[in-house]
Amino acid sequence: MSQGRPTQRTMIAAASVPRLPSHVKLRHDAARERWVILAPERLLTPDAIALEVLKLCDGERSVDGIADLLADRYAAGKDQILGDVMSMLQDLADKGVITA
Amino acid sequence: MSAELGDSSEAVTALTAPIGLLAELTHRCPLQCPYCSNPLALERVDGELGSDIWQDVLAQAAELGVLQLHLSGGEPTLRRDLEDIVGRAASLGLYSNLITAGVLLTRDRLAALAERGLDHVQVSIQDSDAANADRIAHYAGGHAKKLEVARWTRALKLPLTINAPIHRQNIDSLPAIIELALELGAHRLEVAHVQYYGWALENRQALMPTRAQVLNSAELVDQARARLKGVLVIDFVVPDYYARRPKPCMGGWGRGIMTITPSGNVLPCHAAQSIGGLAFDNVRQRRLKDIWFHSAAFQAFRGTHWMREPCRSCDLRELDWGGCRCQALAFTGSAANADPACDKSPAHAAFTAIAEAEAGRPAPPFHFRRPRAGRHAG
Repeated sequence: MSQGRPTQRTMIAAASVPRLPSHVKLRHDAARERWVILAPERLLTPDAIALEVLKLCDGERSVDGIADLLADRYAAGKDQILGDVMSMLQDLADKGVITA
Repeated sequence: MSAELGDSSEAVTALTAPIGLLAELTHRCPLQCPYCSNPLALERVDGELGSDIWQDVLAQAAELGVLQLHLSGGEPTLRRDLEDIVGRAASLGLYSNLITAGVLLTRDRLAALAERGLDHVQVSIQDSDAANADRIAHYAGGHAKKLEVARWTRALKLPLTINAPIHRQNIDSLPAIIELALELGAHRLEVAHVQYYGWALENRQALMPTRAQVLNSAELVDQARARLKGVLVIDFVVPDYYARRPKPCMGGWGRGIMTITPSGNVLPCHAAQSIGGLAFDNVRQRRLKDIWFHSAAFQAFRGTHWMREPCRSCDLRELDWGGCRCQALAFTGSAANADPACDKSPAHAAFTAIAEAEAGRPAPPFHFRRPRAGRHAG
């Protein structure tokens, strides 16, 4: 697993396989009863949807696969979900929280 | 999804636990940077907390709710027990950040720290130009060694932040500093204009850039951020002498961050000891949780109860928390006044005028950061 810093911007596509780099930690914050993402000098507090997506970013599932799963789970239209997931992951990739 | 720095108040609703702990493991340092954030009264080695106390303090911090641990100094690698401290942090789930000058590290030691679970390394540089960098740090060969440590960091697959304190004597190098951070494979670059407390306040005229230089640096950072989106995160700390609004210093006093000095004093801000009349508790005598929630020093400027006008009736009082208490004291004579960086402060015009005047005069020689007779604490 490469931990090299990207030399160009990571662009999220449906076929991308997103994951958290090893220096980014998703952990439960027991003192505040919430989940947090810890990264260098950053603390992000994902909302329920972002948290669900992040937990599916295991380095094996593609963005398309994640959208399939969520569409199934919520009996919702996949196209809409795929678009939402891609834009969320792009934002996280730009913050250095997701790599693909 | 809300993004915030570790010291942002956004994550802290009402009075809750601290997010970040700045652990000043020692005030010893081989460098002598004239803007050092340590107090003028540097603590002595014989007062430093032992390893067993730090181990206990980290456990107390994690239990209290701390998530991020900044291992700082002075130079934290001077502590022989740094590996054990890092290991303890990792076992407690604390996100550990080593803030180092780098010059004393070996590759083996950095590898050992990575092995023990270190999460992130921050290496400071004084300039992209080696000769000027070594002059500013007053340490021959320091810059070359820092670059080597930065490369080891990346070779060991640790994430790297380059921290570049910016002032009039290196501000023209900013484009080259950005390129250097890229070349070193840094994930993050801090372009941090010097903040004028303590040592930097003593060296203000030698360090203060002009307003035009500051605006230009902001423009350069904006351009670099756009060009390097998704490649290099650039954090920009502005110098508040030319600002209109103060920064929310520490995310608000006693709201998200605490500092522990080498001897164990617990501070709401690393410069808080410049405020006379505040009594600080020590981890040798009191539990961290009790200090955070109840100590007089943390209560003194927490929230808004202490505010005077123009802060008291200001709509922004729970955004900037009145700015910096130390700066208010140093410039207005009272720590309960508004930070003079705010243009609602009656002292603001004089504050800005000083910066403009000093930036326009020749830079005097540096007062380097070194222990001074009679200025030691305790």
